[in-house]
Amino acid sequence: MKLFEYEAKSLAQNLGIPTPKGVVVATSEEARDAHKRLGGDVVIKAQVLVAGRGKAGGIKFASKPDETRDRAAEIFGLSIKGEKAKKVLVEQRLATKKELFVSIVQDRANRCQTVLASAQGGIDIEQVAREAPERLVHHRLDPVFGMRSFDARDVALKLGYGGQQLNLLTDLLSNLYRLSVVYDAELVESNPLVETQEGKFVAADLRVTMDDNSLFRHPEFQERSKEVSGEVSPLEAKARERGLAFVELEGDIGIIGNGAGLVMATIDLVKYYGGNPANFCDVGGGANADHVAAALDVIQSSEKVRAVFVNILAGITRCDEVAKGIIEVKKVLGLKKPLVIRMSGTNQEEGKRILASGGLTAFDKMDEAAKLAAGKGGF
Amino acid sequence: MPVLIGRETRAIVQGITGNQGSFHTQLMLDYGTRIGAGVTPSKGGTSVRGVPVYDTVATALEKYDANASIIFVPAPYAKEAAMEAVDAGLNPVIVITEGIPARDAMVMVAYAKERNAVIVGPNTPGVITPGESKLGIMPGDVFAPGRVGLASRSGTLTYEISQSLTHAGIGQSTCLGIGGDPFTGLNFVDVLKMFRDDPATESVVLIGEIGGSAEEDAARYIRETSYPKPVVAYVAGRAAPPGKRMGHAGAIITGSEGTAAAKIDSLTAVGVKVAEVPSGLPRLLQGQAPPVPL
Repeated sequence: MKLFEYEAKSLAQNLGIPTPKGVVVATSEEARDAHKRLGGDVVIKAQVLVAGRGKAGGIKFASKPDETRDRAAEIFGLSIKGEKAKKVLVEQRLATKKELFVSIVQDRANRCQTVLASAQGGIDIEQVAREAPERLVHHRLDPVFGMRSFDARDVALKLGYGGQQLNLLTDLLSNLYRLSVVYDAELVESNPLVETQEGKFVAADLRVTMDDNSLFRHPEFQERSKEVSGEVSPLEAKARERGLAFVELEGDIGIIGNGAGLVMATIDLVKYYGGNPANFCDVGGGANADHVAAALDVIQSSEKVRAVFVNILAGITRCDEVAKGIIEVKKVLGLKKPLVIRMSGTNQEEGKRILASGGLTAFDKMDEAAKLAAGKGGF
Repeated sequence: MPVLIGRETRAIVQGITGNQGSFHTQLMLDYGTRIGAGVTPSKGGTSVRGVPVYDTVATALEKYDANASIIFVPAPYAKEAAMEAVDAGLNPVIVITEGIPARDAMVMVAYAKERNAVIVGPNTPGVITPGESKLGIMPGDVFAPGRVGLASRSGTLTYEISQSLTHAGIGQSTCLGIGGDPFTGLNFVDVLKMFRDDPATESVVLIGEIGGSAEEDAARYIRETSYPKPVVAYVAGRAAPPGKRMGHAGAIITGSEGTAAAKIDSLTAVGVKVAEVPSGLPRLLQGQAPPVPL
């Protein structure tokens, strides 16, 4: 779960991480009032979860409250990669000397957390990684002991700081790491992390992504995790509400399968045979009739879907359960789109018998079914 | 012994009294797996499917000389369950549990590694050495004994591909899921080493997917060691959009990293033949042409 910048910063403040003084608001009038309270020059930032808001016009500067109101209104009117900001953050503008980049990431290959840092922040860090990899500091953290003060000091030194600044930056890095532990974050990233004219360090921007699997440890985020962000389409929200792993795609062939890998492979296969999948939908390894019915219901409610391909390789899942789910939908809601079914594995014959009772048939082989679903079968 | 498990494997089931644990204990016993004890705290003294249940791994081992564990314990308790198994000297420890926090998995895997124990998973379908032993939730009947080692990041896709191999008359030495999570005890490189040293394995199938760099790392290892056995692969997620998690916690393209195209390129560059579709794998192993797109 990605947190909004203002949420991440509120967690950071609790851990003693310096952030700019700011106010989060929901209207442009409130933005003006916020500026009055803050004084000086401000920066107005769209609170969206997609990356790249700066380039999309989601960050603006103002020196007068009325100006802030107008800039905020502009930001509220923007669609940033499809996401509309419901809130903006009005912050005091920092007197910046230098912009750094610091990120604490899950390092899958090394099975630990790794600090990535650069004295050249504020810009697209992937570009730095590509063009000047020597400017990117990598520091692996012990998976059990985590970041010790000497780890943080090492990173701060490599970023070019000494004396009192070394201590300041070491503390800040240690606290960013603590944030990753306390909130089970898979990503903590400050870009830019600003060195001010006075030589202090401030997390001018902060991105935190919490590990969805850890939410049982963070009951205070339970409600928040149900909130639909701009990154989730209405259809995705509907599917997830019903317990389905669901990602909307651009095509017109609905896809249902059991198991993430099999569903990905099914999507690839339909494409291979010339079709264009409308979604990723995993009913899960041990799916029952209800899961399948829910998936079919959600997908056939989508206007753009022209046909639905149900691909089940039953192991734990049983074909008779899948067939019951499909027949249930047929009886109660009706089948609104042509259906291609592939069913193989546990209780296959019983499943086919149930399908036949509702006038439906199923393929044994995934390739044959995918070819038909791809639209080569004359729908 | 074959890779990880075989006839000599004597397992305990941690979390045996839960729905999944109990159900799969029966299926594993039916397959012929030797299971002599189960563990569920506070359920000691009962039995499940004829298997006696103990409160701790240590007390179970007083009664049954086990050498492996399979874990169905719910996610919040799985890390410590795995550590308990490792502490008791069990190896391998197979963690079926889905939804374990990444930090817990990271710590659990590091703990096992320091003690030279292998953790398979988490979020894995488990391990099967066809005809000998099954410690996992995979349907036993799609596998057949043979000479192909198979490692995968996915469950049902493993069954799909194993079934197509079996139908094509290609049996398997050992098949295992490395798990769909960001942190797993085994990666493809670890498994390639095991298959290299296993006399029963003649060739290797890798089933990858988007996210992370396990496939790229495998490719580098194959090149650097001039890997002595033929390797073929399939990578799922060619059509996956960036930034979206495709079901598995680990299946996400971040920035320009983790795409199927990059993985396929890395593997192809070191001589690994990559099937365009799952049904192409048996053909690749038999040296035939792939199925034709329309």
